[in-house]
Amino acid sequence: MSEIAEHFVEVNGEPCRVWEKGEGKKLFYLAGVAGLPRWTKFLDKLAETRRVVVPSLPGFPGGQGHELLDSHLDWVTAALDLLEAAGAQNGADLIGASLGGSIAAEVAAISPGLVRRLVLIAPFGLYDTDAPPADIWAQRPGVQPSVLCKNADTYTAFTSPPDGADPGEWTIVMTRALEASARILWPLGDTRLVRRLHRVRADTLIVWGDEDKVLPPSYAEHFGHEIAGRAAVAIIPGAGHLADLDNPELAGQFISGFVNQG
Amino acid sequence: MKFCWFHLMPYTLLPDNFREKYPSVWVDIPRELFDPAAANRMYNDFMDELEFADAQGFDAICVNEHHSNGYGLMPSPNLIASSLARRTSNAAICIMGNSLALYNPPTRVAEEMAMIDCISGGRVIAGFPVGTPWDTSYCYGMNPSQLRARYREAHDLVVQAWTRDDTFAFNGRFNQQRYINIWPQPLQKPRPPIWIPGGGSVETWQWCAEMDYVYAYLSYFGYQLGRKTMHGFWGEMDKLGKDRNPYRAAFLQFVGVAETRAEALKLYREPAEYFFNRCLHVDPKYASPPGYVTEATMRANIVSMAQQATGTARDGRGRPQQGLQNPSFEDMLDKGYVIIGSPDEVADKLREVAIDLNVGHLMLLLQFGNMGKDLTNENSRLFAQRVAPQLRDLFDDQWEDRWWPKPLPTQLRATPVSPVVARAAE
Repeated sequence: MSEIAEHFVEVNGEPCRVWEKGEGKKLFYLAGVAGLPRWTKFLDKLAETRRVVVPSLPGFPGGQGHELLDSHLDWVTAALDLLEAAGAQNGADLIGASLGGSIAAEVAAISPGLVRRLVLIAPFGLYDTDAPPADIWAQRPGVQPSVLCKNADTYTAFTSPPDGADPGEWTIVMTRALEASARILWPLGDTRLVRRLHRVRADTLIVWGDEDKVLPPSYAEHFGHEIAGRAAVAIIPGAGHLADLDNPELAGQFISGFVNQG
Repeated sequence: MKFCWFHLMPYTLLPDNFREKYPSVWVDIPRELFDPAAANRMYNDFMDELEFADAQGFDAICVNEHHSNGYGLMPSPNLIASSLARRTSNAAICIMGNSLALYNPPTRVAEEMAMIDCISGGRVIAGFPVGTPWDTSYCYGMNPSQLRARYREAHDLVVQAWTRDDTFAFNGRFNQQRYINIWPQPLQKPRPPIWIPGGGSVETWQWCAEMDYVYAYLSYFGYQLGRKTMHGFWGEMDKLGKDRNPYRAAFLQFVGVAETRAEALKLYREPAEYFFNRCLHVDPKYASPPGYVTEATMRANIVSMAQQATGTARDGRGRPQQGLQNPSFEDMLDKGYVIIGSPDEVADKLREVAIDLNVGHLMLLLQFGNMGKDLTNENSRLFAQRVAPQLRDLFDDQWEDRWWPKPLPTQLRATPVSPVVARAAE
C-alpha cells in the first residue's frame, strides 16, 4: 500500500494540510473534534479500495486560520474552499465524523451537487432537548478521553505527541483543535443544521457507536428523518462517539461497502 | 498610597460540609442553598460595610462582577455602584468591573458607567476585565475562542462612545450599530480612568502600557505568589520604556486587623477558612475552556514550567495553578494569602509588600468569607485609623497618581437628601 502523501492548500490565505493515501476514486474525510493528529486504522481500511483524502479544517492539526472564522457560514464556506482545493468535484464521496460530520452535512446541504455519497459518523449539529449533547469541554482532567471514546486509551494514543514533536508545543496544537471545535460548537453543539438538512439529497449512511456518551444514538434517527436523500443507519456495537477510532474494522467495513456501491 | 476597599459579597451561609457534599461553588452551585431572605440581610450588610468604608476615609470602594457564584453575589456591580453613588460622598467608586464581551451591545456599559459617573459627581473608576472562564464561557455561554477579540472590540466601542463628540456608526467584527450617541456622557473628561484586572499575561501588560491603563492583579493568593507576576509586569514596563510609577498598578490582598496578633488570629481564622476552603471550592472541569488562555500565554507558562526546577502545578492547558487547594489556616498565613495581625504588624507587612511589588493602589479585602458586619466594620476602622496613616505618604513624594478620578469640587456637587430629612425640614 502507498505511503501517506502530504501537501498544503490555502484557505483564506492560511495553509491547511491535506493527507492522502491509497489508489482509486477520491474519498474525502473530515475529522472529529480533535482533528486528525495521526493517520488511523480506519483510514487504512478505506484506503484499501479508494484514494482517501483528508484535508484539515482551520485550527485542527495541520490547518491554520481558525481565528479568522466567526460565523457558521464562515466555517462552511471555508470547508467548501478546503474540499475544492483538495480536489473535490461534483459527485464526490464525503465522510465526516463528529464535528466533521456536521460540517460534511452542511456542505452536502449548501452544495448538493458536490456530494454523491455522504457518510456521517455521529455528527454534531442538532440539539434534542430530551437528550442534549454532552459538554465535551467541561471535563475534569483526564476524563475527556473516556467521554469521546469507548476506550480512553485509544483516544489518548490518537492525540499523543507524534515522534519528534515537542511535548509543550504539541499541547498547544491539541488545545487549538479543541478551541477550533469550541469556536464552531460552543456552547451547545447546535449549529442550526436542522434548518438545512432538507437540502441534503445525497444517499447517506449514518453511523453511530452504540455507547456514544456525547450524542446518544437517538440522534441517528433524527438525522435520518431530516435528510431528503435515502438515509440508512448503521450502529457500531462497543463504540463511543469517535466510533471509527473505537472500532475501525467494523466502521471501515460498513463505510467501504456503502461508498463503493455502484 | 491609595487604599481601595474591595467587596466580593460572598454568600455567608454555605454549609459546613459544602466542600465534601457539593462539587462547585461556581457555575452549578445548587440552587437550594440560596435563601433569598438571608440575601436580603447580606446585601444590606455588605452595602452598609461599603458605605462605612467611605465614612472611614478609604480612597475607593470597589465592586466586581461574578455570575452563578457562591462567593460573589454581584452579577451586576453597576446596581451596587449606583446605590453607593447616592449613599457615599468621598470615596472613588471603583467598578472592577464590567466584563465587556458579555454586554450586547457594549454601549450599555458606556451608558451605565456614564450614569454612575454623573450621579456620583465624577467618582467612577472603570474596570474592564476580560472576565473569568467561569463567568464568561460557562455561566454566560460566551465562546472562549472569540472572547478576547470581542472584549477588545467592545473596549474600543465604549471608549469611543465616551470620548467622541459626534453621533457615529460602529461597524465592528462583532458589533454593528448605526447610531452611537450616549446620553448621559461621563462627567470626567475625556473619560473615567480605566483599570484592567489581569491574570498575568504578557499581552495584558503590554496593552496596559500602550493604553496607559492601570494593571490590577487580583489574585486571592497573596503577595508571595503575586511577586512573580508584579515583577514580570515591571520588567515589561522597563522593556517598553515606561516609568515605574507605582500607580500604574493595583494589587489585591486579604487583611485582618485586631488590637493584638493573638486576637486577630482568633477572629479571622474562621472567615479565612470559610473563604479558602468553601468559597474557592470550584469544580476543576470548568477551569480551562479551550481558547480562553492565549497561545502566547500557554507557551510562556510551558517555558517557565520547564525552567523551574520544581514546577508549579499546572493544569493540562498550561495555566498556572495559582494556590493551594483547601489550605490550612497556617498555610494561608505562611504563604501570605492573608495578612493578619496588630495594626503595626499589618502596616509593616503592607509597607514591605507595597515596596516590593511597587504597587500604589492596594485593594483590600477586609470582609472575607462569612465575616459579619460588626467584625468587618471593626477591621475597616482599625485599618483606616491605625494602619493607613502609617502608609499614607508612601510613594507620594515621588509619584503622581494619574489614574485617579477627577470629581467635581465638593461645593459644586449635588447633595442627596433623604426623604426623612426632607420631611423634617418642612
